[in-house]
Amino acid sequence: MSLLSVRDLTVRFGSSAPPVVDGIGFSVPAGGALGIVGESGSGKSMTSLAIMGLLPPGASRTGTVFFDGQELTALSERKMREVRGNRIAMVFQDPLSSLNPYYTVGTQIAEAYRSHRSGVGRRAARQVAIEAMERVHIKEAGRRVDDYPHQFSGGMRQRVMIAMALSTEPELIIADEPTTALDVTVQAQILDLLAEVRRDTGAALILITHDLAVVSEVADNVVVMRHGNVVETGSTEQIFSDPREAYTQALLDAVPRIDDEIASLRSLGGDL
Amino acid sequence: MSIQSPELEAAAPAVVTEDPRRSVWHALRRDWAAVACLAYIGLVVLMAVFAPLIVKLSGWDPYQFDQSAINPDLGGVPLGSWGGISADHWLGVEPGSGRDIFARIVYGARSSMLIALGATALTTVLGVVFGLVAGYFGGRTDMVVSRVMEFLMAFPALIFMIAVLSALPADDRQYLLVLVISVFGWPYLARIVRAQTMSLKEREFVEAARASGASRTRLVFTEILPNLRSTILVMVTLAVPGYIGTEAGLSFLGVGLVPPTPSWGQMIASSVSWYSVVPTFFLVPGAFLALLVLAFMVLGDRVRAAVDPGGRA
Repeated sequence: MSLLSVRDLTVRFGSSAPPVVDGIGFSVPAGGALGIVGESGSGKSMTSLAIMGLLPPGASRTGTVFFDGQELTALSERKMREVRGNRIAMVFQDPLSSLNPYYTVGTQIAEAYRSHRSGVGRRAARQVAIEAMERVHIKEAGRRVDDYPHQFSGGMRQRVMIAMALSTEPELIIADEPTTALDVTVQAQILDLLAEVRRDTGAALILITHDLAVVSEVADNVVVMRHGNVVETGSTEQIFSDPREAYTQALLDAVPRIDDEIASLRSLGGDL
Repeated sequence: MSIQSPELEAAAPAVVTEDPRRSVWHALRRDWAAVACLAYIGLVVLMAVFAPLIVKLSGWDPYQFDQSAINPDLGGVPLGSWGGISADHWLGVEPGSGRDIFARIVYGARSSMLIALGATALTTVLGVVFGLVAGYFGGRTDMVVSRVMEFLMAFPALIFMIAVLSALPADDRQYLLVLVISVFGWPYLARIVRAQTMSLKEREFVEAARASGASRTRLVFTEILPNLRSTILVMVTLAVPGYIGTEAGLSFLGVGLVPPTPSWGQMIASSVSWYSVVPTFFLVPGAFLALLVLAFMVLGDRVRAAVDPGGRA
């Protein structure tokens, strides 16, 4: 039984425009890790926003999203708010701007936690924030909990975002390009952290990225998207060693390899 | 965004380590002009608050006529030079009636401050709420609020105020003044709050808060509103002198506070016919009013300078 199953999900802006996500389907088992890869504009981020019910104004969605036997697409906004951040948490691309500059990081983690746990006092929530920060390996969490976002580096802020996502012990974490805004060494640390979090908490993970290297390190299964459609689905191993579709092969070929002689980098026939 | 030099990275924590809520105050305390303005404003506020006590100390009630201080044969010109300034009447007496100017200034501060602060409080609440609502919800809500704001801003407000205030009963003029000034005042703050809300709501931290299950009320009031703090602070300090001036202006035109309730604008109005004989009657309230407006303007400017260096986001 899968934790999340998406069936025939379609997202479109206006009724006449072509859909940006066109009837896709996939599923994630409890504790599993799914990578969604594709170029910009392939509909990866829209898919994640559609699952969370956070589509921008003007966008409409059809199809069904089942989460733990519950049909998310049929929930009211109020019920959906109880799921967001509590049972499904999200980590965004740009850690520099996804924290409110006005509050200390501790307050932000604590308030996000308190909004889902009624009757938890400020002091208890602060303790949860410190523990969550320790879990993502922020040194001296007890002191840094009172620091403002501008006092953290990019990688540290992404750790804070992950700590915030973890604080409510969600069953599913959706990470939308979590490493794109970070430099390569920090990327590796964040990916290790995500893998470790998944191992320790048993939360499932959906990792959305354009970077195949990222997916190969973290995901068990991969969905390749293009133009709002699913091109290919398979285990990470199969996708990387034996892609069935020409597009997946082309995507793999566009990644420079350190052990190859470089003639010229292959590019995809760009249409965006 | 991702390119950051190591020096910047290293220097950043050292530069801004204090609570942003306190740093404005710290910057102001080091600025002599701001301190001087705050001192003068504090003085006027104290005068307004302790008016009855101060008047007891100076010995004259603002409504008390002193026939012994004026010369009835010369049409009520105050006895003595400088408009009758003496140990008895610290700032002279009103020509014609002999009322103590100091007492009337003290009580006038009370009405000026009450009306200006009341109008500021009301416009701030209206401006912030409507600005946030229009900016955050957009669409039809924004259309309605924006059109109302444009209507109010294009409206000849002064003429309307004169017409309304002179037509309505004068019993509770001060409340009416606050109300009328506020109705025409809030759009100026609201349109700025609206514009900033529109850009703030697209920021990723709002999106992140929404993804963590925050309700709309929480998004608007705890995620967006605190980030408008500096804008609101500056707008408020600059609004107060405007409303002090408006109140004085309306009282000058005879549609403000009703005599005998003292008001600075009204004192200036009644000094017009005496300006060549008793210039102090005009100079005293004029100086108090000009200094108060100036103090608020300079303070507003300093607050903006303290808030502006920014870059702490």
